[in-house]
Amino acid sequence: MGIRFILMVNKQGQTRLAQYYEWLTLEERRALEGEIVRKCLARNEQQCSFVEHRNYKIVYRRYASLFFLVGVDNEENELAILEFIHLLVETMDRHFGNVCELDIMFHLEKAHFMLEEMVMNGSVVETSKANILSPIQLMEKAS
Amino acid sequence: MGSQGGFYQSKEFLDLVKSIGEARSKAEEDRIVLGEIDTLKRRISEPDIPKRKMKEYIIRLVYVEMLGHDASFGYIHAVKMTHDDSLLVKRTGYLAVTLFLNEDHDLIILIVNTIQKDLKSDNYLVVCAALNAVCKLINEETIPAVLPQVVELLAHPKEAVRKKAIMALHRFYQKSPSSVSHLVSNFRKRLCDNDPGVMGATLCPLFDLITIDVNSYKDLVISFVSILKQVAERRLPKAYDYHQMPAPFIQIKLLKILALLGSGDKQASENMYTVVGDIFRKCDSSSNIGNAVLYECICCVSSIYPNPKLLESAADAISRFLKSDSHNLRYMGIDALGRLIKISPEIAEQHQLAVIDCLEDPDDTLKRKTFELLYKMTKSTNVEVIVDRMIDYTISINDNHYKTEIASRCVELAEQFAPSNQWFIQTMNKVFEHAGDLVNIKVAHNLMRLIAEGFGEDDDTADSQLRSSAVDSYLHILGEPKLPSVFLQVICWVLGEYGTADGKYSASFITGKLCDVAEAYSNDETVKAYAVTALMKIYAFEIAAGRKVDMLPECQSLMEEFLASHSTDLQQRAYELQAVIGLDAHAVESIMPSDASCEDIEVDKALSFLNGYIQDSIEKGAQPYIPESERSGMLNISKFRNQDHHEASSHGLRFEAYELPKQTVQSRIPPASLASTELVPVPEPMYVSESYPTTTVSSASSDAGSTELKLRLDGVQKKWGRQTHSPATSTSSTTSQKTVNGITQVDGSNTSNSRTRETYESRKQQVEITPEKQKLAASLFGGSSKTEKKPATGHKISKSSSYMVEKSHVPKSSMEIASEKKAPIQQPPDLLDFGEPTVQSNAPSVDPFKELEGLLEPTTEVAAAKNHSSTAAATKSPDIMGLYTETPAGIHNKDDGDILSGLSNPPGTHMLGGTTRTQVAQSSKGPNLKDSLQKDALVRQMGVTPSSPNPILFKDLLG
Repeated sequence: MGIRFILMVNKQGQTRLAQYYEWLTLEERRALEGEIVRKCLARNEQQCSFVEHRNYKIVYRRYASLFFLVGVDNEENELAILEFIHLLVETMDRHFGNVCELDIMFHLEKAHFMLEEMVMNGSVVETSKANILSPIQLMEKAS
Repeated sequence: MGSQGGFYQSKEFLDLVKSIGEARSKAEEDRIVLGEIDTLKRRISEPDIPKRKMKEYIIRLVYVEMLGHDASFGYIHAVKMTHDDSLLVKRTGYLAVTLFLNEDHDLIILIVNTIQKDLKSDNYLVVCAALNAVCKLINEETIPAVLPQVVELLAHPKEAVRKKAIMALHRFYQKSPSSVSHLVSNFRKRLCDNDPGVMGATLCPLFDLITIDVNSYKDLVISFVSILKQVAERRLPKAYDYHQMPAPFIQIKLLKILALLGSGDKQASENMYTVVGDIFRKCDSSSNIGNAVLYECICCVSSIYPNPKLLESAADAISRFLKSDSHNLRYMGIDALGRLIKISPEIAEQHQLAVIDCLEDPDDTLKRKTFELLYKMTKSTNVEVIVDRMIDYTISINDNHYKTEIASRCVELAEQFAPSNQWFIQTMNKVFEHAGDLVNIKVAHNLMRLIAEGFGEDDDTADSQLRSSAVDSYLHILGEPKLPSVFLQVICWVLGEYGTADGKYSASFITGKLCDVAEAYSNDETVKAYAVTALMKIYAFEIAAGRKVDMLPECQSLMEEFLASHSTDLQQRAYELQAVIGLDAHAVESIMPSDASCEDIEVDKALSFLNGYIQDSIEKGAQPYIPESERSGMLNISKFRNQDHHEASSHGLRFEAYELPKQTVQSRIPPASLASTELVPVPEPMYVSESYPTTTVSSASSDAGSTELKLRLDGVQKKWGRQTHSPATSTSSTTSQKTVNGITQVDGSNTSNSRTRETYESRKQQVEITPEKQKLAASLFGGSSKTEKKPATGHKISKSSSYMVEKSHVPKSSMEIASEKKAPIQQPPDLLDFGEPTVQSNAPSVDPFKELEGLLEPTTEVAAAKNHSSTAAATKSPDIMGLYTETPAGIHNKDDGDILSGLSNPPGTHMLGGTTRTQVAQSSKGPNLKDSLQKDALVRQMGVTPSSPNPILFKDLLG
């Protein structure tokens, strides 16, 4: 299955975006997010960008105030996931122009739309920024 | 603020987001969200809400759930929104529904209709939105409702639709393989789609399919290789490049697939060598993504049929990873090393210091990865160092999930490779003490068995020394405040059995300790039961030795308590204890012989020892016994208590329990193991040792040459060897059933001595490194090379011989390692054994430049030398991707180019090309203070005033 969830969480541990590719109840999500964020925020810059947590491996990357956390299963290539995060940020940056935390908060649905184009069934399906963004641009234009 | 168009937002929404953004604590955030829930509950069901307003409400609901609160009151409105005509509103509705509902939710049924309608839409974006929802919301039952349409869409003119249709089908396959089993050929077809995005997506389902059934897809090897080759040669549109790597994510997926297809298949692998070699050379090892692809190459190389040149490249890449300063790369390096040592064990040695650095790194992730590697390379020569390290680490962490994992690995390694029993027991003590409640109960039984059996063979003094030291250590450990239940059971059993055996401790001392245990852990019935039986044994040994027994007052009060216990088990044990104490020395000795836990007990079911007595009685005129079934005129009621079930069938109900299934005589014991072991069932795993039947077979002494002793393995892992689980049911054909007194018995060959093994031999060491590290390195890596080179030929044979044989001699041979250190050693064949005989593992002897030269040789030559057919095959292979080259850059936006031309950024302005992300991001954008200020101003205009605590919200992520 590969990617199990994608989270964006800020330095204070507040969730800014959450997308799960397997069903978890609200309580499970809340617990999981709390545990993971605590673990990742406690780490320093030099340490690995990967953390094991229960059956997941968390690959995370920090951009300014925002942490991007991707939960994957064991067979996933961690470095590739790390670069996937960067691709996501680059894509958002291309769309929003100098993307910041607030852009994601104000345009939560757009951030989700981008993810919908990039990841399906827990697999990365699209990596061309033009292909990812074109439906969103068309939608903007239409409405 | 970027592009606003169409994504209308009210001040209310902006205020909400702002207040959430500025919340300083979780409590404050919760308060805001609860207020929001109230507002939404009131507003959302008002009539005639404009759809833009409704869309905003729905997004606010998404916020509510994202921040951990229930928003189920609004789900129905999200569902309604999916009906909307406006694409944006509809898609937001679908998004919200996929975030809110799982596939079994009741509301899904309301959406299926909408999805069906949307799948037929003329607007391909509507179709795409519906397909997104299909991937998340359709469950096994609803698959048939949309399946025909999804299949139709596989041939849709828009590539975006084909891609999503493929993924929908993939989803159906994940949910219910049988529902789409007739459609899997579509995946093969779409692999040749002329859109790279569709082809890339198709790799996901194909990977799953190939994982399950490799053999059906061997024919695709050539296609995958050809695609990979074209990707690596940059024949895909530029848009797929990432940091100057051509479509790296597709490359990685293809390498994963090749790894599967080439595993254990020489012919298939030979087709891959050239392209994988090419990628090794082309990868930019200075960028993360280049290293990600390199890592995947290593995984592939270590999975497919080995090729020396590729293994060399892989080893080089690993060295680069391990030498890097980046923790991420070292982590990948350690993981890759763990994969490669399965094929070329000798490469571990050259990286020993890097590995030890990682092991000692404070970074937990790196440490764990290194433990994983060590686990893979454990053998009898380094087991002590590795397990000690693991235990130290177990003690230092408090993550139970990982603690369990590493503790069970310790146990596994200790059982497989323990150099001596003493060490095994000490190791187990540590594991139990620190992770006792997390390990399997069988481990405890193994430990008790080992202490009871001792070293058997020839050395009774060593046995008793071992037991005395166990007793000493347990008495010491009992001082610790809180011990795991399993460990206490072991302690009680050992103290009962051997506490007073060497005369060092008095009975009253040991019984006092046992009473303390029973009192301290008064809510653990199992521990109390073990303690009572241990008390009984101590008293019985005292009585048998002719000493006077004075029960301690605390013991007496304990017994009074147990005699009235609610637990019948405890009660019975207490009564037994009382009864035993009242007997004379002779009787007690035959009930409770000392140190007899290993001896067989034969249960004489026919009670033949009473024959003489019966004979006497009959001669004196007593009536002979008539079996109940043969008696006439008995009341029916008596049959309810009948032990014999043969006749009871005429009456409707049977009140007695069903009889136990008859154990059949089996000859399933593998022939190879027959020589040394015979198996006897262990009927009851929990308390087997705790009750002593009154008849014992006398003195099957456990010393030298007692080959008739049976090895009992009730599905228990064999110690000292590879894990082998023996068939649990198989009996000897004698009528008297043997029950087990001891935990389990071991056969005579599984014995050893306590001679301490020479662990750290002198070996070549590198200079200018701290002595401790050298020592550690030596003990981890170098240990074997000298001793294990000797048995070269004989060993090889056993390695290549069948698994069965291998297993059967393992228990013996691994013990020999401990005992016959100077003789040529027959080591249990071990894939991970670095010290394998034939290979000279001294890396320095190879000139690294020579190796490099080798690398630079055209790889085609290598492949050709290896296999003539591979090059031929490569040229013959169809040029599936050739299509891409015809339209090098523009294929993906050819169709909608006119729509997009107005708004899409000119390609390339934002392409962040360079090698390291941050530098490039800065250089291409420059400082972005101005942008931040603009955003700030814009937001202020809207009435949202960012307060001082979080200007960070405006900070560029890529800045």
